[in-house]
Amino acid sequence: MDRRLFLKSSAALLGTGLFPFGQSGWALAANPASPTQKKLVVVMLRGAVDGLNVVAPYADANYYALRPGIAVAKPGAADGLLDLDGYFGLHPALTPLQPLWQAKQLAFVHAAGSPDATRSHFDAQDYMESGTPGRKGTADGWMNRLLATLPGEMSPTRAVSIGPTLPRILSGRIGVANVASGNAAGKPTVLDRPKVDDAFSQLYKGDDKLAQAYEEARETHKEVMDSLADEMMAASNGAPLPNGFPTDAVQLAKLMRKGNVQLAFIALGGWDTHINQGAGKGQLANRLAPVGEGLAQLAQALGPMWNDTTVVVMSEFGRTAKQNGNGGTDHGHGNVMWLLGGAVAGGKVYGDWRGLDNAALYEQRDVPVTTDFRAVLAQVAERHLRLPDAQLAQIFPGLTTTAPRGLIRA
Amino acid sequence: MVKLAVVIATLLTAASICAAPLTDEQRALHVLNRLGYGPAPGDLQQVQAMGVERYIDQQLHPERIALPAALNQRLDALRHNEKTPREMLAVVRPGPLMKLDAAQQQEAQREIYKDAAQLSHQERLYRAIYSPRQLEEVMTDFWFNHFNVYADKGLTRVFVTDYERNAIRPYVLGRFRDLLGATAKHPAMLFYLDNWESAAPDFQGKNKRVQGLNENYARELMELHTLGVDGGYTQKDVTELARMLTGWTFDPRASFFGGGSYTFDARRHDTHGKEWLNRHVEPRGQAEGEWALDVLAASPVTAHHISYQLAQYFVADEPPASLVDKLTQRFINSQGDIRAVLTTLFASPEFWDSANVGNKFKTPYQLVVSATRAAGVQVNNVKPLTGALYQLGMPLYGCQTPDGYKNTEAAWLNPDAITRRINLATALGTGRLALSRPADSDASAPMGKGEIEPLDPVTLANTLGPALSDKTLASIQQADPNLRAALMLGSPDFQRH
Repeated sequence: MDRRLFLKSSAALLGTGLFPFGQSGWALAANPASPTQKKLVVVMLRGAVDGLNVVAPYADANYYALRPGIAVAKPGAADGLLDLDGYFGLHPALTPLQPLWQAKQLAFVHAAGSPDATRSHFDAQDYMESGTPGRKGTADGWMNRLLATLPGEMSPTRAVSIGPTLPRILSGRIGVANVASGNAAGKPTVLDRPKVDDAFSQLYKGDDKLAQAYEEARETHKEVMDSLADEMMAASNGAPLPNGFPTDAVQLAKLMRKGNVQLAFIALGGWDTHINQGAGKGQLANRLAPVGEGLAQLAQALGPMWNDTTVVVMSEFGRTAKQNGNGGTDHGHGNVMWLLGGAVAGGKVYGDWRGLDNAALYEQRDVPVTTDFRAVLAQVAERHLRLPDAQLAQIFPGLTTTAPRGLIRA
Repeated sequence: MVKLAVVIATLLTAASICAAPLTDEQRALHVLNRLGYGPAPGDLQQVQAMGVERYIDQQLHPERIALPAALNQRLDALRHNEKTPREMLAVVRPGPLMKLDAAQQQEAQREIYKDAAQLSHQERLYRAIYSPRQLEEVMTDFWFNHFNVYADKGLTRVFVTDYERNAIRPYVLGRFRDLLGATAKHPAMLFYLDNWESAAPDFQGKNKRVQGLNENYARELMELHTLGVDGGYTQKDVTELARMLTGWTFDPRASFFGGGSYTFDARRHDTHGKEWLNRHVEPRGQAEGEWALDVLAASPVTAHHISYQLAQYFVADEPPASLVDKLTQRFINSQGDIRAVLTTLFASPEFWDSANVGNKFKTPYQLVVSATRAAGVQVNNVKPLTGALYQLGMPLYGCQTPDGYKNTEAAWLNPDAITRRINLATALGTGRLALSRPADSDASAPMGKGEIEPLDPVTLANTLGPALSDKTLASIQQADPNLRAALMLGSPDFQRH
């Protein structure tokens, strides 16, 4: 890492009260690299977030013409965008991320998405998780294939999903842990009582899927208890924590710092804004606010580990450039991907952006896809997780295009 | 322990001939598991006595099965406290004369939604646990999922009980076209998938929010409800279908004259011709949408899509193609008669193939209901059950997305789920789940010493019969007697059906 840049970014974050680096940061950052040192967190916004209002091209007059009721006002106006680069602006509900942008630890790739044109949420999410757009037969998720390929020792919590079910993206050959969302994580279970644990362990002996899941659950639970239990009680004075993304983000950070987590996934729903989505305020703003807050808290809570972490935020497709009849937007195509982390070459909106002129739109209605989402993920895997070229083809078979260069700092 | 040993000895003989044809007891268990939510005390013996074929036939004709008086009393009591959609609308969308200040309004809405949610949870769970019309309950859940709405999206809560009762339940074994029409016109669906505010692109109404087309429902109608995602339609077909369905709406303001029910608003309807699924559609007002539903319901592509889903639900996560083809044919030649399709399904060799017996991993809902049924407990308070469903990732009426909950092992088997299932089984089996408390009491407070009574493991083993393997029973025999029922409900065997 560039020392000068590091100092600059620390100062910028300090100035805004966001303080990701403790005193110990120097010592830890200087440790020799272990194979699992580089981390990846994927946040999936299920339901197709309206990327044109997340990173809005306010300098394109078409933006306001197409969205008279829902365009976010220009920077400087009430509830207006936060200027990014004189052309694009960030949704004001994401103000907590502004310091990361200023510290050049936040970047966007606009007009990104799937080469498959489906406007079905479920197919598009499936493709984004399998990493094989257009091919439904793929049995596993790309994060599981990545996990299988990365060098370093396996542990039950090397890949973690937050939530009660295991997502497609992490399913596959390698065992993956899932941790309850919110205040249920880190609570004791009946299996903490030795007598109960012994009896059930007898029942779940074997090597079938249930027995495996049982064994993984025990190991995960132990690690989660070690990482979360004391701190949680101390931090909240015993009161239950509120559920929500900021809570989960902070819990994830603790697990990552104390445990063995290298890959993490969390999905957030509620983005399918067909009706009354609002502009600078309103439904979409209310959904975005906790995402911004949670990501900022994740950066802070990771401390020095933030330098080794890349966070990718993605969504299955974008939404129509034009607002629909109900102050909302319908299913579209291209969207914006977010990249955050100490290693991200941030402060820039990447991508082949062609404007919102009718002729530039895909099927005269949507932002086109000019960058394959897999190409962005491949570059993160290659440059950040240091995955060799040859193995990339296993993670994203059939990927032929590349993403804009230099998303990750050398 | 002697009694349990006897049970084990009997079961050993049954379980050790697994590859052989199913025993009568195994056949009885299979229909109880698949046509219903598993055996309650005495069910296995009863089905064996009446014969599996007769049980299936009876389940396919629920109108011939009387509901027990105790269940009717419970349901009547719930109805007594229930508010109609119009009564609820009068509170959440009051006219100008009845308006409260914002805080009062919010509180009134919160209260009314909370009560409505609790009543809907009780009705659904009481029926699933206690109704002898088990297949009707299974199909209600199946079709609700198929035509899913999310109760916590705005006004949907007002309508969700009525939706299940009047748009789903009457048709669960009837004609698919009736189900399709009833859901298409119900305010719950009209609101949830936004069609109520969709209008012709050039429509100029007083309401600023209604200014053009919304294609949300039209897309899911083809993708999820009928043809399936690979059903061969295009984006243009989605838009054109949305135009045909403009004007299908409801009035959200309750008034003396009505409100809260379906109406066709001709002013919003797109009166131009449309091109849909390679056909020209002449302008015909509401009849265009009705015709579109006819076309979709009669499509062989829909027949295949629904048949696949039924086969997956009732037989195997990856259902045999032979069975799906058979059901598709039956669906087509019976004009979408769901009872006829299920009759074929339950008589098929695929349904009875021993590889497809006990192979499905229970969804959280199936687990919670089957455990409660097997326990034979008197439930007065469903909160511990709805809480468990929430923690297991399957809250009632709580699936946000229109595709509904999945029913496959890949969707539900994960490490955290196993721990939570064991937690639930242990609480229920050791008598620590506060199911017997009055419905309006706090179910989360710990049970007092006198309240705790572990389930009797011998009774439970008898109830479950061949659902528990000899290996499992042998292992349980080594454990503390107070833990044995918990171990049965938390066993790997009980997670499948």
